[in-house]
Amino acid sequence: MPAPVIVATDLVKKYKDFAAVDGITFEVAPGESFGLLGPNGAGKSTTMRMIGAVSTRSSGSLSILGLDPNEHGPAIRSQLGVVPQQDNLDTELRVRDNLLVYGRYFGLPRAQVAARADELLEFAQLSDRAKAKVDDLSGGMKRRLTIARALINEPRVLLLDEPTTGLDPQARHILWDRLYRLREQGTTLVLTTHYMDEAEQLADRLIVVDKGRIMAEGSPASLIREHSSREVLEVRFGSERNATAAADLAGIGDRLEVLPDRILLYAHSGEEALAEVTRRGLEPITSLVRRSSLEDVFLKLTGRSLIE
Amino acid sequence: MSAVTAEPRSHARAWFVTEHKIRAMRGYTGTIIATTIGTPLLYLFAFGVGLATLITSNVGPVPGISYLEFVAPALLATAAVLVAMEEYTFGILLGLKWNPIFVGMNSTPLTARQIVDGLMLFIGIRMLITTTVYFVVMLAFGAVPSGWGILTIVAGMLGGFAFAPVAAYSATIQEDRGQFAILQRTVILPLTLFSGTVFPLTQLPAFLQWIGWLSPLWHASELGRQFVYGPTEPIWLTVAHVVYLLALGVIGWQLCVRTVARRLNK
Repeated sequence: MPAPVIVATDLVKKYKDFAAVDGITFEVAPGESFGLLGPNGAGKSTTMRMIGAVSTRSSGSLSILGLDPNEHGPAIRSQLGVVPQQDNLDTELRVRDNLLVYGRYFGLPRAQVAARADELLEFAQLSDRAKAKVDDLSGGMKRRLTIARALINEPRVLLLDEPTTGLDPQARHILWDRLYRLREQGTTLVLTTHYMDEAEQLADRLIVVDKGRIMAEGSPASLIREHSSREVLEVRFGSERNATAAADLAGIGDRLEVLPDRILLYAHSGEEALAEVTRRGLEPITSLVRRSSLEDVFLKLTGRSLIE
Repeated sequence: MSAVTAEPRSHARAWFVTEHKIRAMRGYTGTIIATTIGTPLLYLFAFGVGLATLITSNVGPVPGISYLEFVAPALLATAAVLVAMEEYTFGILLGLKWNPIFVGMNSTPLTARQIVDGLMLFIGIRMLITTTVYFVVMLAFGAVPSGWGILTIVAGMLGGFAFAPVAAYSATIQEDRGQFAILQRTVILPLTLFSGTVFPLTQLPAFLQWIGWLSPLWHASELGRQFVYGPTEPIWLTVAHVVYLLALGVIGWQLCVRTVARRLNK
């Protein structure tokens, strides 16, 4: 097995008394697409900044591409591509110029940066916007430009912090498609997200993070298999009646979660569970049978939803 | 295992930051040319041709020096200070907060030191352009009697450099509550008036003259005067101007590097 590109052991980041990252351990193999899934404030971005060699860890050990970020920050960063949670494109520069100045930071010759910038604008589907002002781009375009910028040095690892937060569904799909291509080309991706569908789409393997700690680790499919049932039946009785109805639903399926607006019944077969609900004389206002998702895994592990 | 790419030397990397800033400045070429040429024309005309007609007595210790010759080196230094101040305040907070390009730079091999170094170099270039144009306009107005006059450019740039501690202060600002406007009104504007710029420091009441001794602008203006029509003071004082300005600049620069490094490493 090839040497891992990232090895984190008992990684901790403290701000005064508060531990934003509280002892997490994981490895990322070359070519892998690795995800950190968790709600806002779970410590994902802090972890990403430590991996990005811009934030000094409080304790634990960390190796990026075989180097310790405390000692070799610039050498590590020269081989990374970083897409931060908040775009930091230079709004005083035009689209293509943003790529040119950024490429220079890596010490690349002008001609090489210019050629690479044109390729990347093509990749990011922004060629016709090369001379546009950054502020005139849509959110999705800015995000694609930030990704293009992160690829200017042909990084060995691409770090993506909440790549599609704030984008509309269409823009997200375009972005996912681009990231999928990178994955196919063998780029190592490390991404954080609080969207379970994004984690399912993009990550080969992921850790579920909450309050700075790892709750579970595995591929999306194995996490669902391990922590949830095959299907979920969602029933709504109206916010007034949910709690009383829940008492009558006891025993149906493997497990039951009462949320403010609906009840989730975890069962191998959602249809059979629904049949049982009707047999007991309960009439939900709406019912829905679906496959288990990472959202359910998170709910089971933490008792909370990913998006609050 | 890692194939570390060839590392350009630290100074070369700082230059990439300068390059970036120059490229961004191109968007404002028109404004910059207009203010760089317009400001000295307006000021030298107003002071040298307008106000000077009212001032007939000698203003300096040297008889025969016109008011225009007296005031021009100080105006040049003031221009350099104002250009530098713009970058020390808005330039710093822009890069850290409003349009956080420093954060982006820091995720590449660039270090906080290289970012600040590159910015300082950029400020140096901006001051050089401003003061050079100022000097040319001074020549056109006949305000440079001495052959050493061109060195007033250096004096002006040293004056701007000496305000670098302001950059270190700006890097500590988390929320903009109008600190820059307050700084401008309560420190910079009074300094431009009471630093022996438009009238000799000795005209101030003795208990206020310390303002001048502390003010980098007074040191820069006096230094410029030595080159434009001097010497009018003992050599030790001229050396003291240079040392004082350099010391303030170097201290501010180093503090700024430290503050920016701390702020980028969250």
